[in-house]
Parts: sequence; C-alpha cells; structure tokens
Amino acid sequence: MATILANKREGAYHRLILAAPTIAANVRVGQFASLSVGGENTGMILRRAFSIHNVNTDSAQGQTLEIIVSGHGPGTRWITEQEPGKVLDVVSPLGKGFPLPKSPANCLLIGGGYGSAPLVFLAKELKKRLCPVDFILGASTSDKLFDTMNAKRESRFFEVFTQDGSRGQQGLVTDSLVEMIQKAETNVIYACGPMPMLEAVTQIATRFGVVTQCAVEESMACGIGVCMTCVLPIRDQSGVTRMMRSCIDGPVFRGDRVRFDAIGTIPDDCVGAPGGSV
Amino acid sequence: MTVDLSTTLGSFNLSTPVLTASGCAASGKELDSFFDITSIGGIVTKSIMQNARSGRPTPRMVETPSGMINSIGLQGPGIDEFIENDLAWLQERGVTTVVSIAGNTSEEFVRIARRLQSHPAVGAIEINISCPNVSNRGLVFACAPQSASEVVGQVRRAVGNDVVLLAKLTPDVTDITEIARAVQIAGADGVSVINTLLAMSISSETLKPTLGGITGGLSGPAIRPIAVRCVYQIHQALPSLPILGMGGIRSGKDALEFIAAGASAVSIGTATFGDPLAPLRIQKELTEELSRHGISSVSDAVGIAHG
Repeated sequence: MATILANKREGAYHRLILAAPTIAANVRVGQFASLSVGGENTGMILRRAFSIHNVNTDSAQGQTLEIIVSGHGPGTRWITEQEPGKVLDVVSPLGKGFPLPKSPANCLLIGGGYGSAPLVFLAKELKKRLCPVDFILGASTSDKLFDTMNAKRESRFFEVFTQDGSRGQQGLVTDSLVEMIQKAETNVIYACGPMPMLEAVTQIATRFGVVTQCAVEESMACGIGVCMTCVLPIRDQSGVTRMMRSCIDGPVFRGDRVRFDAIGTIPDDCVGAPGGSV
Repeated sequence: MTVDLSTTLGSFNLSTPVLTASGCAASGKELDSFFDITSIGGIVTKSIMQNARSGRPTPRMVETPSGMINSIGLQGPGIDEFIENDLAWLQERGVTTVVSIAGNTSEEFVRIARRLQSHPAVGAIEINISCPNVSNRGLVFACAPQSASEVVGQVRRAVGNDVVLLAKLTPDVTDITEIARAVQIAGADGVSVINTLLAMSISSETLKPTLGGITGGLSGPAIRPIAVRCVYQIHQALPSLPILGMGGIRSGKDALEFIAAGASAVSIGTATFGDPLAPLRIQKELTEELSRHGISSVSDAVGIAHG
C-alpha cells in the first residue's frame, strides 16, 4: 500500500510520487512497480506495470517512489485521476534491474517516449560508478518527451528528436546513433522504449560491437512470474532460444539476445516449439 | 470460535481447503517470496507435459470485464526437468502438492502419471483433460464422456489405486454431470471444476483477434456464477464425488459459496495475478466467514446449499 503524495501532469504524462517506506530502499534501477486500478469493486482485475522513475530514501516526505503514467487506457487513466492522499495498492520492486558496469565505461542512454522514465535514475547510478553518460531522447511529439531537462543535466553529449520536429531534431533516436557512438566512444547502451526502437538501436550497436541493455515493455497479467503471458523469444549464452518472462527474467535483456524478428511468433528453433526439433 | 479448516478430497488430506489453481502459481516458488506457501492447503502446479513446450505466440492475454482471456498454451519444461527442479523444490519446501498433467494422447497422460506415481512429493495428480489452449482447441477430452473416461481409466489402470486422481473438467459442455459421472466410473477420486471457458476477443483497433492463439480461456470473477452452477449440479447428481472447486474466487465469501455448493476444497487462480497474497488472504477471510456463520468445521459446510 502506498499513499499518493503528489500527482503532477508533465506533458502527455503524469508523475506520481508515492509514500513507499517498505519499498524505496530495496529498489534497484530498472525494476518496476505494479499497481491495482479501478478501486474496490472494479471489473479491471489486473495490475498495471510501471518502470520506477525515481526513489528517495531521505526526503522530507520520508521514503518515496516515483512512477510516470501515460493514461492511454481505462486502467492507467484511473491512476492519473487519483488525488494526493489516495492509497494505492502497489507491489514493488519487481523484475531485475539494469546491470551496471563494474569499471568505468562510456554509457549512452536512449529513451523513446515515456521509456525515458528510469533513465535519469540510471544516469545517476552510472555516474556514482564514474561512468560518463550521454543521452538521446525521442518521441513522436514534444509533449511525449519526458525528463529532457534532467537528462541534459546529467549528460556529456545530449540529443533530442521528435518525429514531427516540434522539438530538437526532426527524426528518430537512431538517426544520430552511429555518429554518437563514434564521438562518445560508447561502450554500453541502455535503451528503453517501443520494441521497434529497441530493435533498431540493437542492430546499429551490434555492428559497432557495443552491448545494448534493453528494458522491454510487454503486456503482463501477474508481473511476478507465475502466469507466463509476458514471454519473449530470448537466446541464452549458448545460443538456445527460450520463451522467457519479461517480468521476472527481465524486463532488461541484452539486445543481442532478444529475437526481435520473432516477437509475436514461436520460432521453430525455440525450446519446445511445435514445429521445432529441439 | 476456532474453525477446523482440515478437509479431504477422497483419501487426500488437506490442512486447509485453499489451494492454488493450475497455471496460476507456476510451481509455487515465485509465490513463496510473497507468503509462506506451506501455510495454505497446497499448490496445484502448472500442467506439465512429456516434452518441453514453448506455448502459443504472444499476445497471450487480454483483460475483459471482470476477467481475462489467456492463450498461453501450456508452456513448460517437460516432465524430466519438472521432476528434477520444480518437484524437488516443492519436496524440500514441504509443500502439499497436486501435480497437474496434460497430454495430446491418453498414452502421454499415462507416461507422465507413471513418472509421478511413486514420487514422495506428489499428494495427488490432477488430470487436465480440459485445457482450451491446445491444437484441437475446443475439442478437448473433457468434452465427451467417452474420451474423458478413456484418459482417466488408462491413467488409473497404469498407476494403481494408491494415487489420488482428480479430473479437471470444462464447463463448455451440455451436461457437465455426465462427464463427471464418466470420470468417476473410470476411476477418478474427484473432479476439479471448472477449467477456463473457450473465449475470444477482437481488437477494436485492428479488427483482428487480439490473442496470438486466436481463442483462449476466460477466467476471473466473470465466470464464477458458471463455476458455482457446475459445482452445484455435480454435487447434486453425485453427492459422493469429491469436488475441488474453482473459477473466479477472489474473497473468502466467494470460497464459501463454492463450498456451500458442494466443493470440499477450492483453488485460487486469476485472483493471484492481481494480488500475490490472494490465496493466504482468502484462507483468512474464509475462516472468518465460517466463524460468522457459526460453522466450526469446513466439512460441515460442504454442500450446505443443497436441500
């Protein structure tokens, strides 16, 4: 249970600050929270999952957890309509976070839309480990960009793209990726956003030998690893593909392990595939 | 007042009447980080097949009014890995375990049941003859008395009389009591009622089926009245046949509704997706409900709605 301390509109999204005394201290960056929606007698029986935007363990308001909500369906819209003081049912932290470099490395953080939600939190963690941080953020329109000011503050190199050109450069985050990798001497990319963006980023990064850590967004029923709805075809270290759960085995996967071309299918060489030999 | 929660399904003794439902708790390990899973009646594991199985393509889930449709398609590691990892863990953890099994043919059911029959961790076997997410979807074994009794009968003959067998039935039939009678005669010690209902959703955006598997199984509170009806009908027709009741239970009141209809124990399924603590919470609420009605023992409440 977590009480809403603040609910502020930011562009196309809402930033919710929640009092979360038992949760905040245990969060690692890249993990997520799942929230019940609709109130006690609702017909919406499943939770909605949100990546954790920030935690604060010693604010004036005590320990807090922040999430970014895009009200694109009845459940998420219900959350955006809740006032401070309302108690929400929150399960968190869930999932595995972003793996962090053991020694200083040049890190490029790429966010599409509200995919940028966990990235400033990540940038701060990386800088604690003496990693230089660069950013590319993008969205379809300027109101769907999120956290650009804070991202810029944490950045060495910083770029913004919108598809309609309403802010920054017109285009996609991948348009300047090659140039960025070269000038920033990028070692690791952390990406969070729509699946086609993650795929395009991974393709380019892999060509340059850069490891990509992708936080995926898949529809999930439980968020705790029991329902098997949020699966993706993922290659393991030995090259064997399995349908893995994005909630508990992810949501962060190495981009080169994700079979992007096979999402929405069961590849024939996947363990247990109907047409397969494995 | 103290309430005696102990109950039985045939010769299978349970410390409480609240179990998880197959496919809604994996093999218990994940839920154990939310609550002590040995404190509920038991875990019913996700249906296991002979070989590893990838399941159906995504999207595998869509939320519907007071429910959801899934088309997971029995993703699992296969019986060998299941015994080595999941069952070993359940044994070490001391969990009362019902292993759910599934097969494409009655021979596959028999092979899997034989692997499990003498395993010390197996309290009972639930024969899932009613999963709607299979290639001949809708035409599951449990749709006809003859195919249902063939599977159950072959498993019974293969494992002998020492193993408790529950047959899981589908409500997608004209008369569920006919199927229940057939599996009882074939050797089932009890029935698990109900599996999900065959259902589908069409996306209002693409005007195509929402699920990768096209059709799926509907679960959640939306199906509870159907499940209660099935339990009631079976208990009325076959009062001696133990029933594990399930379908949209999300409170102690709901659980008691099933018990009053004739279930000796209940499984908590979809509610766990929305609330990882649901089985434990429902068990506590059920105790309070029984107490409120002045009922001191679960067994006194079984079938109380009849006559």
